[in-house]
Amino acid sequence: MGSPEMVRLEDLRTGRSLTGRKHVLSILVENRPGVLARVAGLFSRRGFNIDTLAVGPTDDPEVSRITLTLDGAVHPIDQVTKQLHKLINVLKIRDMEPDLTVARELALFKVSAAVESRAEIVQFAEIFRAKIVDVSRRALIIEVTGSYDKIEAFEQMLRPHGLLEMVRTGEVALSRGE
Amino acid sequence: MRGADALMEALVHEGVEHIFGIPGGANLPTYDALVDADLRHIQARHEQAAGHAAEGYAHASGRTGVAFGTSGPGATNLVTAIADAMMDSIPTVFVTGQVRSDLIGTDGFQEADIVGITLPIVKHSALVTEASQIPEYIHHAFRIASTGRPGPVLVDIPSDLIREEISYTPPTELVELPGYRPIVEGNAKQIRLAAKALANARRPILYTGGGVIHADAATELREFAMSDRFPVTSTLMGLGAFPSDSDQWLGMLGMHGTRAANYAMDEADLIVAIGARFDDRITGKLSEFAPNAKIIHIDIDPAEISKNVPAHIPIVGDAKLILPKLTGEYRALQTEQERLDGWWSRIRGWQEEYPLTYEPGSDGEIKPQFMIEMLHKVTEGDAFVTSDVGQHQMWVAQYYGFNEPHRWINSGGLGTMGFGLPSAIGAKVACPGEEVVCVAGDGSLIMNVQELATAVTEDIPVKVFLMNNGFMGMVRQWQELFWDGRYSGVDNGTSPDWAKLAEAFGAKGLRCDDEADLEEMMRATLDHDGTALLDVRVSPLENCYPMIPAGNAARDMVG
Repeated sequence: MGSPEMVRLEDLRTGRSLTGRKHVLSILVENRPGVLARVAGLFSRRGFNIDTLAVGPTDDPEVSRITLTLDGAVHPIDQVTKQLHKLINVLKIRDMEPDLTVARELALFKVSAAVESRAEIVQFAEIFRAKIVDVSRRALIIEVTGSYDKIEAFEQMLRPHGLLEMVRTGEVALSRGE
Repeated sequence: MRGADALMEALVHEGVEHIFGIPGGANLPTYDALVDADLRHIQARHEQAAGHAAEGYAHASGRTGVAFGTSGPGATNLVTAIADAMMDSIPTVFVTGQVRSDLIGTDGFQEADIVGITLPIVKHSALVTEASQIPEYIHHAFRIASTGRPGPVLVDIPSDLIREEISYTPPTELVELPGYRPIVEGNAKQIRLAAKALANARRPILYTGGGVIHADAATELREFAMSDRFPVTSTLMGLGAFPSDSDQWLGMLGMHGTRAANYAMDEADLIVAIGARFDDRITGKLSEFAPNAKIIHIDIDPAEISKNVPAHIPIVGDAKLILPKLTGEYRALQTEQERLDGWWSRIRGWQEEYPLTYEPGSDGEIKPQFMIEMLHKVTEGDAFVTSDVGQHQMWVAQYYGFNEPHRWINSGGLGTMGFGLPSAIGAKVACPGEEVVCVAGDGSLIMNVQELATAVTEDIPVKVFLMNNGFMGMVRQWQELFWDGRYSGVDNGTSPDWAKLAEAFGAKGLRCDDEADLEEMMRATLDHDGTALLDVRVSPLENCYPMIPAGNAARDMVG
């Protein structure tokens, strides 16, 4: 301790702000009316774009979990989490480490399924471990669960056959281990 | 007891003595309970002014200001004051009446979703959904408003719930809020690192903001600054934390700051930002801001750190705790006494070459800068000064010379015209033994001039010094300089006759047109036993200089 020579101004660095990758934020909030509006309002006011958003209960009835994904190439994640922490109803925020996280999304696809293409669609569904949950004369509804990328890939396979409608939940995530 | 009585008890328990507000249908129960409460209510004439008065009260005293409004328009009228308190981090609690719970969502009479409307401009807010929450939320509100980075908290109470019977005993311990834990201590390693960086700096500068005043850390700042010969500059909101008569003081920085302060920031190798947030009025063109400097940023709000300008040494916490530690660490290091000599001679050069100056008036013309210097003289630099927003505000900041914290009360972040008179009323209520003066602009004063009625009726003697140039002066200046002199919407004409208007409200009204009379008339205004207004006719076309045109860098100062 003590010697001023130990710190040279030219060696001081700032932290990086843009990480360049997708981030999954797992946010525990108090289960009260209006909390989602506060979180969503913060994002719109500060100009942060949410890619996906999922809200649901947790094991504690007083607490809800908001899972949202956003692009760390566009937004300084550090600034996002610090702003979120300022909301009194926000209890905990975890910026999920990709390698230590299980993240899943559920999607429903309604595809037109003429007789000649139906077999191929069913085959794709099997490959992606998707389930056919509704069948009509001209269309199928397929349910698929998986990572964001898997669902993207599945969508690309289905599109040429005539994607009529689709809906995705947005990712939910938990960290691995204890 | 009724919810309304519990509300009063909770307020008293929080140490509240004064409330600014206006009643209406939805908060009738609140006003009924007020009759028996040990609280003084100051009846404002517009809810916006009640809100600004609560802010002025908080500015002057450091205590949390409280304002009441009814539902609907009463609540929406508070919005500007709430936004103002958010931008300047003013500890305030706003209690609004709401329509009956069964009417919420039906577009009932005087219904407005004030919690929804104010979501982006509050530190926190809550709609009461059960009567028992009334005192609970009030205690939460005070804790949140007054700790960490202070700010406004809104509690919205439906008119049926506030009439319900509840049981309430004041809490004996601090209420715990699971999602609210301000960081106050400051990381010891970071503080040590900051001290070492300072010891190696050749061109350091302290850049301080309103946060130093909120932290009640003016003394700690002075000790730190004087632990060496650190040059000090401050934002508009931070004036007074460091004495303007110190030879280490460079003046305010930013758009209308001094050249010495702005040039020193531009050439500094190390900036210590304390309770300041690198607002665009400070940085100008961000990419050219302080290009040579490393940044130590001390702030209680972690989100301010690296928000606009990336920090090299961030220290999150309370300046009142951090500054003494930093001073101690710095003093323990062996630093060369002479290493700042070169820096100081450079700064002295700027100060000599570019002092704050103006052309004196001729033929009795009153220059606005002269008016402020005279105000300093007649108040001995010791008044609590509020202002509106515009040229006069900048001239007060440049020429009054504040030596103590809490004495400069203005709207910095939001820039709210009409702030001066109501905030003066609030400041006078907080500090009745002090001289409270409002330096107003003629464009601004009329926006809340109805508060002269409050000052007179409630016997809150404030002195209004109206800098009357007949224009929306700052806008006119920008139109002259940056819009080819195409004046648009800036001529206030000759209405009203301000002295008569003041008299109509029951205040004393005076008018001064000649520089030779100014001192005497200012003294007469101050000596009047009651609220008084002095209409000072100043040079109509005087511009406020120096100036960094918006979006430019410090080196581009003009005037």
